[in-house]
Amino acid sequence: MFYREAGQFKSTYTADMAVFPILQDRIGIAVILLLAFVGVPLIGNDFFTTTVMIPFLVFSLAAIGLNILTGYTGLVSLGTAAFMGVGAYSCYKMTTWWPDMNIIVLILVSGLFSAAIGVFFGLPSLRIKGFYLAVATLAAQFFLQWAFVRVPWLFNYNASGAIEVPLRTVFGVPITGATASPETRYFVCLCLVVVLTWLASNIVHGRIGRSWMAVRDMDIAAELMGIKLLNAKLLAFAVSSFYCGVAGAMMIFLWYGGGEAADVFNIRLSFNVLFMVIIGGLGSLIGSFFGAMFIAGLPTILKFGLPAIGIPLAGATAEHITFMLVGALIIFFLIVEPHGLARLWQIAKQKLRTWPFPY
Amino acid sequence: MSDVAARPAPNLLANGWVKTGLILVGVVAAAILGARLDGSGTLYKIFIDPFEQMVSAPDLLVQTIWEGLVTGVLYALIALGFVLIFKASGVFNFAQGIMVVFAALTLVGLHEKGVPAFLAVILTLGVMFVLAVTIERVVLRPLVNQPDIILFMATFGITYFLIGFGESVFGGSPKQMIADQLYLPKGAIDLNILGGLVSLQKIDIAAAVIASIMIAALAVFFQYTRIGRALRAVADSHKAALSVGISLNQIWVIVWFTAGIVALITGIMWGARSDVSFALEIVALKALPVLILGGFTSIPGAIVGGLIIGIGEKMGEFYWGPLVGGGIESWLAYFIALGFLLVRPQGLFGDKIIERI
Amino acid sequence: MKTTTLMKGAAIGALLAAGALVAPAQAQDSIYVANNAYRTGPFAGSGTPIGDGMRDYMAMLNARDGGIGGVKIVFEECETGYDTKKSIECYEQAKSKNTVIYSPWSTGATLAAIPRAHIDKIPILSMAYGLSASADGNAFPWVFIPPLTYWDGASIMVRHMAAELGGMDKLKGKKLGLIHLDAPYGKEPIPVLEALAKKYGFELKLYPVAAADMQNQGSLWLSIRRDRPDYLYNQGWGAMNPTAVKEAIKNNFPIAKLVGVWWAGGDDDARAGGPEAKGYKSLNFNAAGANFPVIQDIIKHVVDKGGSLAPKEKVGENLYNRGVYNSMLVAEAIRNAQIVSGKKVVTGEDVRRGLETLNITEARLKELGMEGFANPVKIACGDHSGHNKAYVAEWDGTKWTKKGDWMEPLKDEVRPLIEAAAKDYAEKNTGWPKRAEACEKSS
Repeated sequence: MFYREAGQFKSTYTADMAVFPILQDRIGIAVILLLAFVGVPLIGNDFFTTTVMIPFLVFSLAAIGLNILTGYTGLVSLGTAAFMGVGAYSCYKMTTWWPDMNIIVLILVSGLFSAAIGVFFGLPSLRIKGFYLAVATLAAQFFLQWAFVRVPWLFNYNASGAIEVPLRTVFGVPITGATASPETRYFVCLCLVVVLTWLASNIVHGRIGRSWMAVRDMDIAAELMGIKLLNAKLLAFAVSSFYCGVAGAMMIFLWYGGGEAADVFNIRLSFNVLFMVIIGGLGSLIGSFFGAMFIAGLPTILKFGLPAIGIPLAGATAEHITFMLVGALIIFFLIVEPHGLARLWQIAKQKLRTWPFPY
Repeated sequence: MSDVAARPAPNLLANGWVKTGLILVGVVAAAILGARLDGSGTLYKIFIDPFEQMVSAPDLLVQTIWEGLVTGVLYALIALGFVLIFKASGVFNFAQGIMVVFAALTLVGLHEKGVPAFLAVILTLGVMFVLAVTIERVVLRPLVNQPDIILFMATFGITYFLIGFGESVFGGSPKQMIADQLYLPKGAIDLNILGGLVSLQKIDIAAAVIASIMIAALAVFFQYTRIGRALRAVADSHKAALSVGISLNQIWVIVWFTAGIVALITGIMWGARSDVSFALEIVALKALPVLILGGFTSIPGAIVGGLIIGIGEKMGEFYWGPLVGGGIESWLAYFIALGFLLVRPQGLFGDKIIERI
Repeated sequence: MKTTTLMKGAAIGALLAAGALVAPAQAQDSIYVANNAYRTGPFAGSGTPIGDGMRDYMAMLNARDGGIGGVKIVFEECETGYDTKKSIECYEQAKSKNTVIYSPWSTGATLAAIPRAHIDKIPILSMAYGLSASADGNAFPWVFIPPLTYWDGASIMVRHMAAELGGMDKLKGKKLGLIHLDAPYGKEPIPVLEALAKKYGFELKLYPVAAADMQNQGSLWLSIRRDRPDYLYNQGWGAMNPTAVKEAIKNNFPIAKLVGVWWAGGDDDARAGGPEAKGYKSLNFNAAGANFPVIQDIIKHVVDKGGSLAPKEKVGENLYNRGVYNSMLVAEAIRNAQIVSGKKVVTGEDVRRGLETLNITEARLKELGMEGFANPVKIACGDHSGHNKAYVAEWDGTKWTKKGDWMEPLKDEVRPLIEAAAKDYAEKNTGWPKRAEACEKSS
């Protein structure tokens, strides 16, 4: 009833090729952004902001990063966590080198280090494909994680091997460190995610994105059509690792606030991000958000939400039930819609167009 | 239509291998030369010192190789479970690790409840069969014909579910494997050879023997029985197999059940070496480099891969690990596998990947 | 209006509601104590008995005495699975419910919580784990690490070695191997062992075990065979410990020379080795066994009434008793806070003061039914650990027994290192506040 595109005419090619061609979608995005920027800080308490919203944003960004590689370019990677770790450790090193630099700039720049490492470990992708490549990227995962523990230079020769997040302010407002309020950290995360998502959307809809998708669908055919596989695949690794690196830096600096970083970027995190991408929808940016909410948010919400609404579950049992429920839901959603939550979203929109009088 | 992959490397002596071999020989020669000139510096420590150690303490060398051999067999066992399922259904079964834990826990848990050991084994096999049927019904059948990565994801759902289910039934505390009740040997055979002591654990010998028997049995099963031939047919082509009247559903149950049996045996062996707990699931990740080294579709590949990885990582850790502070075992296996893969992208024994346009 | 947006809005609203409901609901006549535990995950084997012990002691206080000082204790367990992400969630939940004390129960969780504690005014009790440097109360007014730190533990290990060899001067030329989990927890004792090795002239060999290879230690033990260390100190956790004990037996390493840190002293850890594990040692600061009035009270008031999660035969095991010990510290801190502040329902601020003036004497231990169960503990304003004594326990094939006497750590060696590390920590965390909290006069 409300979701009709009748009467909206496009008079230019630019308008026709827009990411959101329908007016209601544009309004929808505006409302969601408004909610995120104003609504969440107004209604949510600290607990909700730090345990649900910030992790959700961090994982969304990591999932977008992996989606660029896996969803758009068709290269399965299990080294995501390690690339996130590179971002976190390089950000830490830079805060010690340039204590006066704006921390948000540093978080973004740390993505570049991650991109460089990503390109290096992406080199085998020119020869190895499919699950073979996935397992080969595990080499990056385990090697880098080992390096995070074993190269003391990375954590400034700290006795306990942990990284510490110093206090950094922007315009006098503490952004990182213990005194930064959850709202500030949430705002910084949100701004970074919004800007980087907008950037990603432009990349994947443009010439580069199309060349990636050509490589994904059939790399030999793409090569014959004049796409340089070397450039396309390595660029995908670079951009993907950049996003993961920024997400990793955000994770330690804006969410965890320091600590045992080497252990955080473990193989489980790599798997989790991959599953966010798959369950959210391969090759869909909005799917990355859905996936992040599903894999990262659902267990937390089940764990703390269920007792809060009166279902008494304690300790270990709750954890077991959460595990079973998440497992069952993953299988359920895959059976219902193997193309991910993003496809369900599309179907819902399609249905809405004809609601309440479907033909 | 043209076969673009017209750069075949069908036999092992094709030029890719020769080239790689020559390059390797060159590098090693240069390194040794450099190391000799270097005296006792870094190069010496990398290229000469470990070999001198090997010669001066041959007992430790033998022990290291034996240790690698046994670990390799155990890796191969886990990898075997992966290969079976991948061959027959194209599913990259991430749940194999948790199936190992689940099978072992069921066995020990049943025994704790007072069930005699061998009856417990049979009951556990029953549980694994039920699991196989359930997975086929609930997960695989509705997802038939989906892309590989979706099926991979579904096995992660199974993993999650089994972790929660297993922990709520058996609890999270580690349990002792009932090695004595299963008449698994204990103790060690100490050999005084090569001017030192080489100690072979009987349980390790048993593991090697049992693994070999099992692999032989599987080979016979695949080669000579009706079901085995049907399995191979399914592995070659689902559609062709269907058209000659092979029931895919039945085959899948059999394959998952076989993987369950492999998981149980793996669980018993690893459990006897340390203990049975959910931490064992992590060990299963070590089977992945074995898999890519041997090829996803090859049973001999799993075995050869297991041995190469096992011996390679133990030797690497023991002789070269101390140079960088140790602990390199966690990634060395992947680099060994990666090295092989760069030469042969489908693994040592994997089916050749033919791409057409 | 677009319905999709509405849907999304509704979803967010529902989530918000779920989150908001977690928010404070503290009754005035009770004290809320948040406590992390891990009964799931790869370390559940060690986490479960500890969790049971902590839970049962608090339940016993509530059942027997009606709480502490007449105020009921609301003891809530938060499951972490030894995962830092989940422990951060647990911390936020504890904070939102105004907990008076927070027990992180993993080094990773402690490291993540330390920077927040002084902002949120929640005292952290990391009982003999966590960051050794936090024993410096001047730099870490909100973090407590009684009865001793890993650095003290390592120094006691060196003393034990010297005692068996016949004097500190005999250490020269000996080899001490450290098997450790390759993570901050495992690496904690390295700096102090290095310093002591330099001072006393023994050689330190490191044997790191990656978390993924906890049950796959073959090559590590081959290296041990090659290096032939005289003693081995095991800073391991979870499945790593039983594997180490088994491998030691397999590789003919004299098991009596293998000494674990207190966390490597679980009954299941030693039991894995079978009869040959007899003689395996571990440091300890609580006694094992059920022959103490306090354990008997727990059995009477909690276990026999079906209020415990632990099976009765596990009550009194070493790690269970360790959990009881932890809860005893929490309860004593609250009790002391009630005395110091004069209030019945204490806050986090009061409990911090209570912890800082904590002095559990021999007489008080007797009152608690813990005579011979633990050694007196004293914490001071500047010294948040107390560097109290520990002893060496030995596995006799079925249970842990007390082998050596209570031993003092080498405080003179450890303390300067701790102060230097604390200073370093404050420097690296620019903006780390100077201690503003006044010291109690009574201490």
